Amino acid sequence: MQTKKIINDGAKAVEEMLQGVLAAHPRHIRAVEGSPRSIVSLNGPRPGKVGVVIGGGSGHEPTFLGFVGKGLADACAVGNVFASPPPDPIVECAKAVDGGAGILFAYGNYAGDVMNFDMAAEMLAMEDIEVRTVLSTDDVASAPPGEREKRRGVAGNFFVFKAGGAAADRMLPLDECERILRKANDQTYTVGVALAPCSLPQTRRPNFEIGPDEMEIGMGIHGEPGVERGPLRTADEIVDDIIDKIFAEMAPSRGDRVAVLVNSLGSTPLMELYIMNRRVAARLADRGVDTHATWVGNYCTSLEMAGASITLHRLDGELQTMLDHPCDCAMFRAG
Amino acid sequence: MTISTDRLKTMFAAIAAAIEADKDRLCALDGVIGDADHGIAMDLGFAAARDATAALGNDADPTAVFNAAAKAFLNAVGASCGPLYATAFMRAGAAVKGKAALTADDMVDAFAAMAKGIQDRGKAEPGEKTMIDAWLPAAEAARQARAAGASLPAALAAAADAAEQGAEATRNFAATKGRAARLGDRSLGHVDPGAASAVTVIRAMADSLADA
Repeated sequence: MQTKKIINDGAKAVEEMLQGVLAAHPRHIRAVEGSPRSIVSLNGPRPGKVGVVIGGGSGHEPTFLGFVGKGLADACAVGNVFASPPPDPIVECAKAVDGGAGILFAYGNYAGDVMNFDMAAEMLAMEDIEVRTVLSTDDVASAPPGEREKRRGVAGNFFVFKAGGAAADRMLPLDECERILRKANDQTYTVGVALAPCSLPQTRRPNFEIGPDEMEIGMGIHGEPGVERGPLRTADEIVDDIIDKIFAEMAPSRGDRVAVLVNSLGSTPLMELYIMNRRVAARLADRGVDTHATWVGNYCTSLEMAGASITLHRLDGELQTMLDHPCDCAMFRAG
Repeated sequence: MTISTDRLKTMFAAIAAAIEADKDRLCALDGVIGDADHGIAMDLGFAAARDATAALGNDADPTAVFNAAAKAFLNAVGASCGPLYATAFMRAGAAVKGKAALTADDMVDAFAAMAKGIQDRGKAEPGEKTMIDAWLPAAEAARQARAAGASLPAALAAAADAAEQGAEATRNFAATKGRAARLGDRSLGHVDPGAASAVTVIRAMADSLADA
């Protein structure tokens, strides 16, 4: 049986979504002429500024294209559903936002994205545009602590991109933007849990099976199976499990400051996210950790998957400055 | 008999047809250990390669056919299989550069270059549960068969058989590369979707050139 979706044609889902996005946000973004999968900020790029290019597969909205705007990403290359964009739209993004100060690629750590962005970087190098790459690797459940470079990037992208976008908007040089992005990634920890699968517009079939009383810990944002499956528990128990996993690695001290993201993977409603955040706030307070800011909602989704992730982003003075720096994007505003 | 540009175009059309017929099975395989879209990406890529090569004029040489397939596949797909198959076709094109038609040895060289291109781009080693586990044994089998005096159809048939055995063996591997790597031992017992689709591609190539 096929899942129900409000679409016209599964094969045209990304194109039709982009047409709707551009119609909704004409004061923030445009598509590059002749490269409809390259979305650039109207107000961000300028001479002397590092160009921040993000990108990845579709189906995670508002990640990635929703974070294009002044103070955050300058451009986003849009892939097919759950599939990296090819090199050409990435190259067009970089050329469109090149202010002569270099280009910073920031995206989640997936084999396909790495190959396509690396090919794009090679093509740009031939045109004398310098590119640096920072991969987000915030998913704690996706590899052991000693192998952080193998971890995938999930909802924590939000904080990583925010820091890099702010650094570039503050006209910092490429070396500094890269350093700050890396630091932001190093201080970002996410664990997710999935309750029900999603289905791709082209197949309209659930992309994995899960029992009515089960949940999957460590679920990836493409519906990849997680690393551990167990019985569904209460919100407090789930949050405790997630926070324990994050604390085990982050080892926060009393007086540390964090920003919090409680993110829906798609269909889990705000009510459940806020029930989760109640427990997150209590656990942070118990540990003596100061919560500088909290975001709750759909920030990095996996189509209509049911489930949620929690991200903690540890702040020092510099990262707090980047987080508090104003941004005005198609689907996100702050400061 | 040599392989003309037209013959290569027909080969890409045959691969596209075989992948289209296999699309649902590949998605289902990917759903077990990945994100269930492998059949879609392969179908998009080879349909684009078929259309782009079919549109080439009569003056195109084999290298132009491989390059057109590479560019079309890459831009239609992205993902992981985009760069991997695009690199495979570009390397095949480079391996036969300057030739107006391909001999049996040229075709085996192009085939080996495809496998090498996939390995170089993806940086996977045998046993890591990827399409390399089908492509490398296939290239080796084709080379050995040809060295032993086999015809091109026999060499490609041997390649397809070796690919099939290689793909089957991925059941016994825990993934360490690609998205399934995050599953570790939970990927045991399942055939790698990229290896499974490689078998379909190689078998379609062999069948398409069976009377060459």
